[in-house]
This record gives sequence, C-alpha cells and structure tokens, in this order.
Amino acid sequence: MSTQAVAGPMSSSPERPRESWGGGRHGVWSRLQPAAALLSVLLLIGLPLWLVVITSAKPQAEALNPSLDLPTEWQLWENYSQVFTQGRVTSAFLGSLLIMIPAVFGVLLLGSMASWVLARRSSRGNAVLYALAISGIVLPPAVVTVVLLLRQLGLAGTAIGMICVYMGIYMSTVIFFVTGFIRTIPVELEEAARVDGAGPVKIFGRIILPLLAPVLSTATILICLYVWNDVFYAFFVIGGRVDTLPLNLFQVASAGLYLNNWHLIFAYVVLMSLPLLVVFMVAQRRIISGVTSGAVK
Amino acid sequence: MAVDTQGGPVVGVPARRRAPWWRRGRGGTVANRETHPRTFLVPAFVVLGLFFFTPTIYNFVYAFTDWSSFKSEINPVGFSNFASLIGSGTLLSALRITLVYAVLVAVFQNLFGLLLALLLERDTRVNRLSRVMFFIPVVMSALAVGYIFQALLKPTGAFNQLLSVFTTEPVTIAWLGSTTWTIVVVALIHSWKWMGLSMLIYLAGLKTISEDVLEAARLDGASAWQTFRSIRFPLLAPAVTFNVATALLGSMNGFDIVQATTGGGPARSTELLNIFIYRTFGQGLFAQATTMSLVLFVAVALLAFPVVRTLRKREEVL
Repeated sequence: MSTQAVAGPMSSSPERPRESWGGGRHGVWSRLQPAAALLSVLLLIGLPLWLVVITSAKPQAEALNPSLDLPTEWQLWENYSQVFTQGRVTSAFLGSLLIMIPAVFGVLLLGSMASWVLARRSSRGNAVLYALAISGIVLPPAVVTVVLLLRQLGLAGTAIGMICVYMGIYMSTVIFFVTGFIRTIPVELEEAARVDGAGPVKIFGRIILPLLAPVLSTATILICLYVWNDVFYAFFVIGGRVDTLPLNLFQVASAGLYLNNWHLIFAYVVLMSLPLLVVFMVAQRRIISGVTSGAVK
Repeated sequence: MAVDTQGGPVVGVPARRRAPWWRRGRGGTVANRETHPRTFLVPAFVVLGLFFFTPTIYNFVYAFTDWSSFKSEINPVGFSNFASLIGSGTLLSALRITLVYAVLVAVFQNLFGLLLALLLERDTRVNRLSRVMFFIPVVMSALAVGYIFQALLKPTGAFNQLLSVFTTEPVTIAWLGSTTWTIVVVALIHSWKWMGLSMLIYLAGLKTISEDVLEAARLDGASAWQTFRSIRFPLLAPAVTFNVATALLGSMNGFDIVQATTGGGPARSTELLNIFIYRTFGQGLFAQATTMSLVLFVAVALLAFPVVRTLRKREEVL
C-alpha cells in the first residue's frame, strides 16, 4: 500500500526502473486512467443523480417525460414543500428514527452479550447454539407468518412489533461479526479483572463492550442502512399504520394519481436520501474501512 | 498457521503452550458457568426464537392450511396449496425467475465490482473521490433506485434521449417492456446499486496481495493480463466468495428494485418470489403467500450451503 502511494505521484518520472517495465503502455494508462475514472463516474453515477435533481425542480407538465434538459421554469421550492406535506416527511422521518434507533441499539446489545459467551465457551452444545444463532444470515425471514405471530402477541402494526422483527432478522449478522471479533481479544484481559473480583456483568460491561467499538460501529452502519431503507418487511408488519420514509415514498409514487408525477417522486427521493448521504459524506472514510474490514480475511 | 503445521509432530512444545486453553475449554465448564454464564445468551435467543424461528416454523404449518382474510377459522388442507400453485405453473415460473435473477445479479455485480476495483486501484485523489461516488447507490434506498431507473428507461426517457443524440435518429426502445429481456435489465439495475460494495471488497482483496509477488511476476516479464489471470485473480478468492455468496443470496430475497421498476411485469415475467408473496398477501390469500414463502426458504437453504461450501473449497485449493 505504501509503495503504491509513493509510486503514484512519482509515476511521471521516467527514470524509475518500475516505470520502464511494460514499456510506454503503462505510462499511457496512468495518464488516461484519471480521465477514464472521471468519465465512468459521470456516466454511471452523475447521469442518474442529475436526472433526479433536475426533475425534482421541474413543473408537472415538463416532468411527465423526465429528460436531462434543464427546466424551463424552476419550481424547486413548490415541489419540495408540496411533497413535504403530501408525503408527511416529518412524521415519516420521526417514524423511521423511532424504529431504527431501538432496533439497532437492542440488536447490538443483546447480540454482543450472546457473542461473548458463544466466543468464550467451547463445548459441543455451544457450537450448535452458534450455528443456530448465525443461520439467519443466510435464511430468509418468514414475512407472512410473522404477521400472524405479531397478531397473536398483540403487536401487529405497531412500532414495537417492527423493532422486534428487525432485531430477529439482524441478530445473526451481529452475532457473526461480534463473535469473530471477540475471539481475537485475549482472555488474559478478562482474567486480570476476575482476579480483582469483578463479576461477569462487570467484566462484560467494563472490559469487553468498550473493546468492541470497531466491530460495533461497522455493524451499526450496516444495520442502519438496511433498516432505514427497508420497505419489504415494513409492508407486511406495519402496512400503513406507522409512517416511515420508504413506505411514504411508495405511497407518493403509487397513489395512482401520482403515477407520472416524477417531479414529486424525485423531490421525495432527494429529501429521503439527504440525511443518509450527509452522514455518509461526513463519515465516509470510517464507513468504507468498516465495511471492508469484515469481509476479507 | 505455519506454527501449527510445523508443531504438529513435535507434541511437546505446542501442547505445553496450548494446555491452559484446553483446560479452560473442556474441563473448565464448571468455571465457565461462573465466568461466562449462559444467562447472557437468553435475551438474544428469546428474540431470535420468537421473531425469527417461530415464524419460520409457522411457515411449515400454515403452508398446509386455508388461512386467508376471507374467513376467521383456519383448516388444514394438506398439499392443495402446493398442488394449485404447481398446477397453475406459478410456482415453477416464479422460482425460475428468481433463480435467473439471482444468477444474473451475481455475475453482473461481480463483473462491475471487479472492473471498478481494477480501474480505481491506485491510491490517487481522483480514485478516492470516484470510490466514494460509486458507493452512493449502496447508501440509497433500493426503492428510490428503482424509480430513478424507471424514469431513466422509459421509451421517452433520458436514456433513449441520450442514445438518440449518439445515433442521430430517434430511439424509443421500451427497456422495461420486453417479456424476455426485462429480467436482464432489472438485474443490471440491481447490480448497479450494489456494485460499489463489491468494488470496495475487491479493492480490499487487491490490497492484501503482497507487492513482492507482483514484483517477481514483473521481473519474470509477465504482462499485466498474465499477472491478473494467474496471480491476482486467484488470490482474490476470499473476496470472490464473499461477493458471490452475498449477491446470490441477497438477490434471491430481492424485492424493492423490481417492485419499483416493473412491479413484476410485463406479463409477470419479472415476478420474483417475494413479489408474488407481496401481491397475494395484499389480496388476502395468506396461505398461498405462506406457501411461496416456504418455497423461498427451502430454495435458499438448498442453494446456500452448497454455494458457500464450493466457494470455500475453491479457496482452499488455491
């Protein structure tokens, strides 16, 4: 990595032996590569995003056939304020937060507690429990019968029901990531505290949990992303009874009347994506390193 | 790893080093009971058992009933849900469409991710910026992505507008209107959304390859393509495993993008299992929806274990 970083800026100097390898083709590529990178970003990412932003500023008649042209008449404020009331953005935003925060907090805490014991005990029964606990990474949740279960529990259509379902769905992911991480923490750290007379609760809370910060931040990012953007499970569990951002986007987009109201749909898409995009832009370095750290070992 | 294989025959050294671990692990269950109590497992397993496993078990029960929104009692009906879904051809066609979609997504997403990783491999400022830009779709809602592409790919949409400029004649292809090719288009959209994630994982994989190995290949006069084919790609095996497995299993469970672009059409040619489940659930046919949910569960379970095992085995060989 460091060698690459050094070689990067110096690649223009022809004296370097590495540069002579591969002849001129390598030099051509290193000069063309930035242009190729920028062009692919513009075409693959810039174009769709441009369409969203530009259409969200158009009057209804012009937005019926969304094109890449600039609006003849800018109507940014009107569209956004209209969709803000129609899509109940405030209550959807609060509803999404109300569901996401407890679900993520709960699944991380309960998952970490279980992971600690699963990582430290090595009996056969423990291995079976671990296999069960992580099976949910692969297996799809039973979306239809979960509705029946929530009805039996009196939680159908409630935020609490939704929180519990998300916790059930993502528990396996948390346990998988955290158990792997705890196995790399030396037991000696716990033993030192134990000699000093600390009980399991204290050891977990004071020693293990703080050490889990890196893996928990990765898991937080992933699960927040899934829960914030989920619409499939929300359809089944809360239907229209609690507002969330993706559910309301679906309403705005498929309310028959608005089928072709691309200016409103895209205004909503911008409003809905902004919070997550801002968080991503601020914390992008951390997010990117967090996401990749878990995958390749 | 190296210590393990070398230490194998020489029992004394590693045994002494490992001894405390073994004692703790096997004989130490009594101590474990105090130091790592099973009560810590209880809350997580209650949540898992109640909200994940119970509905799954329900799947195996209610798929064999006439549960619907039209009447209050639920009666067992044996295999008649399966029989009617197989008889109408729905089960096999939805399963086939889901599998085709999953395979197409796994191929495209990995291809795009790998190409992007190779394009943006060097650590320059332009490349770092580009990587962030390619990660934006991953952060966005899949539903929103679906709507963007529905607008982009309309017969009178922006994509055809752009093609018209290049071909200098009006293009009005209905990209989402073919009963044969639309499944490919939606798979491409799905891959577009997630290619940034695959790219990051391939980039991380490329970074783990030691510079010495590449230097040696260079000195031996290997071309860039030869280096990639016989050194870098094989060494990317763990990244390939992760990417293929997540893309395949993630898209088996796909819903948002297809719902937002085609809603399962045209002529139900893109109706994934989850879209069928959503549609029949909305019609109040709960038992049929449950039956399909069970089909999805079995299909993923049958697919997951061999896929992960073969990919892992490939890693070991290499």
